[in-house]
Amino acid sequence: MKNPRGLAIQIGFLILPIAISLAVAAALVIAVGRDPLEVVDALWKGAFKDSRKIGGVFNFWIPLTLVSIGLVVTFRAGLWNIGVEGQMMMGALFASWGAQYLLLPESLSPLLNVILIALAAVGGMFWAFVVGALKIRLGVNEIFGGVALNALVNVISIYLISGPWQPRIGGSAQGTEPFPTPALLPEFAPTFPVNLFMIALVIAAFVIVMIMLNATRWGLNLKAVGANMRSALLLGVATERASMSAFLVCGALAGIGGSYRVLFTFDNLRPLASGGIGFLGLLVVLLLSIRLLWVPLIAFAFAAILTGSTRLQIAPSLKLDSSLAGVLQGMLVLFVILFHGVQEVFFPQTLADSADTETIESPSNE
Amino acid sequence: MNEEFLNTLGSIIGTATPLVIASLGETITERAGVVNLSLDGSLALAAVTGFAAAWTAQEAGVLDLPAQIAVGIAAAMLVGALIAVLVGFSSIKLRRDQVAVGFVLTLLAADLARFLGADYTRIPGPQITRFAIPVLEDIPVLGIVLFQQNVLVYFSFILMFAIWFWLFRSKGGLALRAIGERPEAAYARGAPVQRLRYWYTFLGGALVGLAGAAYSLNVKPGWSSPPAMQGDGWIALAIVIFGGWHPFRVVLGAYLFAALRAISGYIQTNGLFIFGQEISFPFVLLNTLPWLLMIVTLLIVSGGLTERLLQYMPRAVQRRLRAFLRSDPPRALGARFEAE
Repeated sequence: MKNPRGLAIQIGFLILPIAISLAVAAALVIAVGRDPLEVVDALWKGAFKDSRKIGGVFNFWIPLTLVSIGLVVTFRAGLWNIGVEGQMMMGALFASWGAQYLLLPESLSPLLNVILIALAAVGGMFWAFVVGALKIRLGVNEIFGGVALNALVNVISIYLISGPWQPRIGGSAQGTEPFPTPALLPEFAPTFPVNLFMIALVIAAFVIVMIMLNATRWGLNLKAVGANMRSALLLGVATERASMSAFLVCGALAGIGGSYRVLFTFDNLRPLASGGIGFLGLLVVLLLSIRLLWVPLIAFAFAAILTGSTRLQIAPSLKLDSSLAGVLQGMLVLFVILFHGVQEVFFPQTLADSADTETIESPSNE
Repeated sequence: MNEEFLNTLGSIIGTATPLVIASLGETITERAGVVNLSLDGSLALAAVTGFAAAWTAQEAGVLDLPAQIAVGIAAAMLVGALIAVLVGFSSIKLRRDQVAVGFVLTLLAADLARFLGADYTRIPGPQITRFAIPVLEDIPVLGIVLFQQNVLVYFSFILMFAIWFWLFRSKGGLALRAIGERPEAAYARGAPVQRLRYWYTFLGGALVGLAGAAYSLNVKPGWSSPPAMQGDGWIALAIVIFGGWHPFRVVLGAYLFAALRAISGYIQTNGLFIFGQEISFPFVLLNTLPWLLMIVTLLIVSGGLTERLLQYMPRAVQRRLRAFLRSDPPRALGARFEAE
């Protein structure tokens, strides 16, 4: 920053969107006759009261960070992978299939875990491939292809849960029977119920994708494709292959995220097991203007809000709908985007030296 | 023709109406060059606002039913218009990407609807009543199908023709199409591009809001979570593409979707009989049909597959079929315009 005034404006634009989102959320809480401070207290306790709760935050953080890393890749290539939610779900379905039909003894549980996670990655890639093929080969906009495929996999999962995979006793649309223990991912400790292998996997994915995006030809190609499809093509970048590879990477990561939901969080397959985490990942990445570096941190904050919000319904003095979490997250992202616009349009000089920001620009009609 | 069949057609027209109105609203917004991707959330928020407003008016006990409905509709339209204008503002004034803002607003509006709607879940409220049009309702066949409906259905008929007339037969419509196709040229000829874009975004959004009210005050009365119309906003957006941004074809698309839903709903409750033989399969899979139709229609109009199939046809047929099947978006759709 060159001058103190520029710095002040910069900081102001960092704080303002957060402050306004919080203020509007507080106003909403007051409007429905509750105390905002009590909401803050409930959110905090719901997320950080003890090590079990913090474990709960990590259990949202793991799939959320995985999909967000994947979405950075697709956004780099200029693709709107709204189908990420369905790719998570397809991963969950593949893992659930394996968990029910690949029966290995307890002693081989780690091997089975790895197989199931790999299966989930394949499932996610499969669903991402369909979106990609529809987009690249057949010209169907990936947003609509993705939305349709999200809905399709949800119907398929409900069919499986109420049909072939229904519990032997009391079959309903609630969920499958709990999977056999060897299939489930083990928890670190009852006081900190998290799977450490998955955390390691998230960190590995983060590092690998970071290197791939910034230090390989593949990363460069993606960026070229994302920036301008036509000129990338003219420069000799295999645009179709680059786009498809972005979809596949994102699908694999989303699929793994989906497997965590069924193999750890729920221990069985439920309808909508992906729980909106894919969409939340889109918000995380939009908030960051596609900067990978901050993804784990923002994902942690969003996961904490999500975990804390479960307490809103339970707390006797509140009895608030947990959708408040989504409202807060949505507003945060909206105001960050809008204020970024205000800064760019009215204070362009304060942006001059932050060249690492990428603006999201949809290639509307190519 | 048998009466039950005609009644079914009538109910398809009725249940399609929110889709018709929302898709027509989005059509004029997109014709002006703005994509309002927030439809799915907007519909939900407008629906719950409309219902809550009408319900509150009812509880107050001062207004009669038509006035309660009017209050609900006005509130819903306002919500839809405000969200749309926010998309327009962020694009026109703040140079943000319309798709990004629209998508965030979809999620935000849907969550806001759930949050604000919590106290209105599954309670009875005012509903729009049927109003058969005298004389017209007695026309054989058409009377039952078209003229024993409610006011919103009649409005949707008028709206379709009005938008068609405005787009293709009026001077204002020429400007509307121009700002969506070639804003620079339109600007050079003196069209106030940005002002018109705001105006049509507002108008389109208001219609989306009206569609939301059409759900909560008529087609799916009341409010529940997850909302009954979840997913319809995306279907409406796809219908606009399928309809090639032409009001008649858009409306046709909406009826097609509603008909498919009616058929799959009918089979799920009554079973499927072919030549008196009961066919059984997991009916829950029928719920995939609207989404498969969405993919198929987009496949047909988006080019890739159609082009390949057309190669096998005789030349003379090729051109006409292409013109019939393909639908190309307004050229400046989603793009920002800056006057220098």
